[in-house]
Amino acid sequence: MFRPLHQLVPLTIIFAIAVTAFVVGRMYLVPETFGEYGHYRADAVGEVASQEIAYAGYQVCYDCHDDIYDEKMESNHSGVSCEVCHGPAAAHTEAPDEVTPDIPHGRSDCVLCHGYNPSRPSGFPQILPELHNTGKPCMVCHNPHAPVLDHAPTECSACHRKISSQKMVSHHALLECSQCHTVAEGHRTNPASVRADKPESKDVCGSCHDKGAESSRGIPRVDVETHNARYLCWDCHYPHQPEVVR
Amino acid sequence: MKNNKPQMNRREFIDTVSRKVPTWLAFVSAFGAGELILAKDSDYNPEDHDYAMGIEIHNCIGCGRCADACKNENKVPREHSYFRTWVERYVIPPEGEAIVDSPNGGIDGFPKLKEGTEILRSFFVPKLCNHCAEAPCVQVCPVGATFTSRDGVVLVDESYCVGCRYCIQACPYGARYLHPETHTADKCTFCYHRITKGLLPACVEVCPTGARIFGEKGRRSSPLRRFLRFNDITVLKPGLNTQPKVYYAGADMEVR
Repeated sequence: MFRPLHQLVPLTIIFAIAVTAFVVGRMYLVPETFGEYGHYRADAVGEVASQEIAYAGYQVCYDCHDDIYDEKMESNHSGVSCEVCHGPAAAHTEAPDEVTPDIPHGRSDCVLCHGYNPSRPSGFPQILPELHNTGKPCMVCHNPHAPVLDHAPTECSACHRKISSQKMVSHHALLECSQCHTVAEGHRTNPASVRADKPESKDVCGSCHDKGAESSRGIPRVDVETHNARYLCWDCHYPHQPEVVR
Repeated sequence: MKNNKPQMNRREFIDTVSRKVPTWLAFVSAFGAGELILAKDSDYNPEDHDYAMGIEIHNCIGCGRCADACKNENKVPREHSYFRTWVERYVIPPEGEAIVDSPNGGIDGFPKLKEGTEILRSFFVPKLCNHCAEAPCVQVCPVGATFTSRDGVVLVDESYCVGCRYCIQACPYGARYLHPETHTADKCTFCYHRITKGLLPACVEVCPTGARIFGEKGRRSSPLRRFLRFNDITVLKPGLNTQPKVYYAGADMEVR
């Protein structure tokens, strides 16, 4: 007699074994925390985070070397973290007597930032190492924690890089900053408290661009009195890139 | 008869399955509830953070200290083809193609340009993993070894990676490499071990000109918020819709 259910019996058993094998296999093969927060092992986050630290950060240096830190904060190197030159120092902070960080003495380290390179922002203090006191270690003249000798940067672009790079490619490229700005004595050494002047009236632009101005031919001219009289020139024309009308 | 026996087995089977599968499931999920090492150790909560980085190209002087510090901090092999971050020099001539180079990632400085090279513009561009919100590397990983953590950092599970290199192929920014010793994929983690302890990533810590700004997009006090607000921002290869979390200010059209 034909009983179709009998054919299902071995199939069911095989199916059951397969399901069991899958469930048990999965239990052993899939890592414990897999899938907790997403399709990954949640424990991996903690493992990545438990990596050892090599750079301690300048705040830690300050705890002991506050005198040097204070000196540096007054100087042009105020933004340069201690470990830029001295190398990773986390080991030193844990065992100050046993591990000493690098103290660069030669000329090679300073040149990494201050050697001339045409790709550097113009105005960034750079030297030609082949010509600048050849053979003398930098530290003979410059204290790395207060590197400027007796003068501040002479070019405005040393600090105002973005403006200078915009002005450089504009029709105003050849104008000195002093054409429009009066730079007060002390602004170079104390820029935050002694500010440079900005033009306040349209006459400053008018001195070249007014229709009656005495300036070379070819300079675009308008009647400063009547040309959009309600606005100041720089409401529309960005003076460092005057082609751009906003 | 012999034919009766299997029917009993089926009943037994259903009985077994219905009784034991929930037990197994409970067992598996109990394992799954393992706590993060991180969560145990501190009150750091990844949900509160949304890390990102800003790069001010006008400030970069190409000193390569970031790439050097990264290698020190993360024990990246010193050989010339392994970088988690590197600095590229772009030289744009008046006519023709831009020249881009990055000898040893910029760590040893940049060689002099060929005699007579005309320069229209030139600048440095630091590069690193963009920690994309829609990361192609995460999508292609066949085993779930690379993932976006809850604080928005793309990480690699070193012990789970099988080294198939799919992610290295998938990354449009070339930010990944196969570590020669572990034979697993490796890349920038935003110095995850540092940022979770409140420190800055090593490259940001050592950048002498403040060209790298690290912070959180969602936090008003973060320096990154100021950077994003006061600059014209671009990301690399925006057309790929990877939604990078490394933002560039002052990037030329040539920067890719």
